[in-house]
Amino acid sequence: MSETSVADRLYGAGAPALELDGVTRHFGALAALSGVTMRISAGERRAILGSNGAGKTTLFNAVTGEFPLTAGRIRFFGEDISELPTQERIRRGLRRTYQISQLFGRLTVLDSVFLACRGVSGRRFSLRRPDARDVSMMQARSIITAVHLDDESDRLVSTLSHGQQRQLEIALALAGAPRFILFDEPAAGLSPSERRDLVAILSALPKHIGYIIIEHDLDVALRVADYVSIMHNGRLFKEGTPEQIENDPEVQDIYLGHKHH
Amino acid sequence: MSELLTAARPRLDGTFLERIGLGNIALVIFLVIYPAVASEFFIVQIGAYSLIWGMLALSLMILAGYGGMVSMAQISIAGVAGYTVAIFGMNHTGVHGFGWPFWILVPFAVLLAALVAGLIGLISNRTEGIYTIMITLAVATGFFYFTQQNYALFNGHSGFAGIEAPKFWGINWRAPVPFYYLCLGCAVLSYAAVLYASRSAYGLTLQAVRDNARRMRALGYDVTRHKVVAYFYSGLIAGLGGVLLVWFNGRISPGTIDVSAAINVLVIAVIGGMRHPIGPFLGAVVVVLIQTFAIDVVGAERYNTLIGLVFLLIVFASPDGILGLWEKAKLRAPREQVFQLDPLRAGVMSITNRRKRNI
Repeated sequence: MSETSVADRLYGAGAPALELDGVTRHFGALAALSGVTMRISAGERRAILGSNGAGKTTLFNAVTGEFPLTAGRIRFFGEDISELPTQERIRRGLRRTYQISQLFGRLTVLDSVFLACRGVSGRRFSLRRPDARDVSMMQARSIITAVHLDDESDRLVSTLSHGQQRQLEIALALAGAPRFILFDEPAAGLSPSERRDLVAILSALPKHIGYIIIEHDLDVALRVADYVSIMHNGRLFKEGTPEQIENDPEVQDIYLGHKHH
Repeated sequence: MSELLTAARPRLDGTFLERIGLGNIALVIFLVIYPAVASEFFIVQIGAYSLIWGMLALSLMILAGYGGMVSMAQISIAGVAGYTVAIFGMNHTGVHGFGWPFWILVPFAVLLAALVAGLIGLISNRTEGIYTIMITLAVATGFFYFTQQNYALFNGHSGFAGIEAPKFWGINWRAPVPFYYLCLGCAVLSYAAVLYASRSAYGLTLQAVRDNARRMRALGYDVTRHKVVAYFYSGLIAGLGGVLLVWFNGRISPGTIDVSAAINVLVIAVIGGMRHPIGPFLGAVVVVLIQTFAIDVVGAERYNTLIGLVFLLIVFASPDGILGLWEKAKLRAPREQVFQLDPLRAGVMSITNRRKRNI
């Protein structure tokens, strides 16, 4: 349960999930993002490609509110969220994962996912211990099953392997009722078999949940995305279907370096 | 009907006693019968005094251990409650002393202390790590000098004397044994509340903020509020400890809340260990014992040196204080026993393992 009302959701159903209008972010003289305009409809799955420093992660930080905008507007299901603090954007159904895992090392896997479920459902200051029938606790258990971490649910997060931590990253983004998720290189550092797992998890997401995925691995990115945007130097450089992007000579020259089969 | 009620009751892991933990039960039994075996000096000067300082250090442990915020102002918060008791209750100094009954006075003093703590939390919220220490130390130092120089409210350097614990239920709570039990009751209440709440939804949010505040925001939490609320709760315990401290001393003056007292709170928490709420109480016993008897061992001139050396020794052997030493010993001990397949020991192991997870 996110804090958006049913009416908001019905209204939002017609609007695009995410509308970026001239989103700009400067760090001093450096323009990390300049005038990014993008429209992603509800349920759409988009991949963003681009070299290091192209502004992909900065774009995510701008959308979640971790970096305030220098200029531009962001609308989420029709609502202008440009001025909202991060937690308010999350409570409206936005989620994200991090390129470098941002987890709670001294908490268990179950407690971490429980907190993710509680964060968007209220009773965040409850002094009661959650029991096994607690709604957030039950949600947490089913999410842990969905990302294949059942056997690790009582382990401390700091003792998990890298791959398991990446799975937990995704689990945290699936908590509550996400409407749109930003995945920041979820496959970073994963083995080939873990990558196949990841593709399976992403493909199994309910159809109404849209996402943007930043991914260097084209095998992953082009398989889980309907549409691809390419960023370069803080700007949108090109957009198209995975086939168009794969066969675009300019893209091949600059980013892929070689013909990709 | 009765079946319905049983079904509706949440299922507990293990029995009630098991949930409290054998160690906690044994400890409480020992502390309850302690006055029967100890002299008056050991009941009050060691027992009650350790419980009071344990509560003050516990209030820091909530912030530092669970929240990752080291506040040096916990003694000032205790001082707010102590001064409130002196000013609004009875004192023999002849300044203020409005004579409020204790059952209004104590909740008022504790709540005021907690609100001040919340305010300090609000002020220091934007800082982290060493800067939190600096800003809270500045608050503590500022409050110390203010009480010393302000005569209108705090009666300056001499403060207030003749503050007594109340008499109610036909008991004079100032008398040694009742006062010990009063301190024990408050300490057990604070300890149990912290232990229970550490696994509550809010308790988990605080520990998660400590581990990664940025991620907590990205999970829908208003991190600032969670931190400020932690200061408020810690202020309740520090305030209660402050009330007991002025009843113990019978007086309060700027010297009660000076910088060395602020450091004392930190030293106790660090010596005891901040991973579990029992740590501050262990630390308090050690520090109170040293402070009491160091003069006999090394003389009045050097007793602070001895405290310093013990502090160094414990922190050197285990960065997590006495608790850390205990954990190390426990990790070393059961390893040989695990493979013996002794059913009794295996049962004990599973209980200790479960308790470890509950910490």
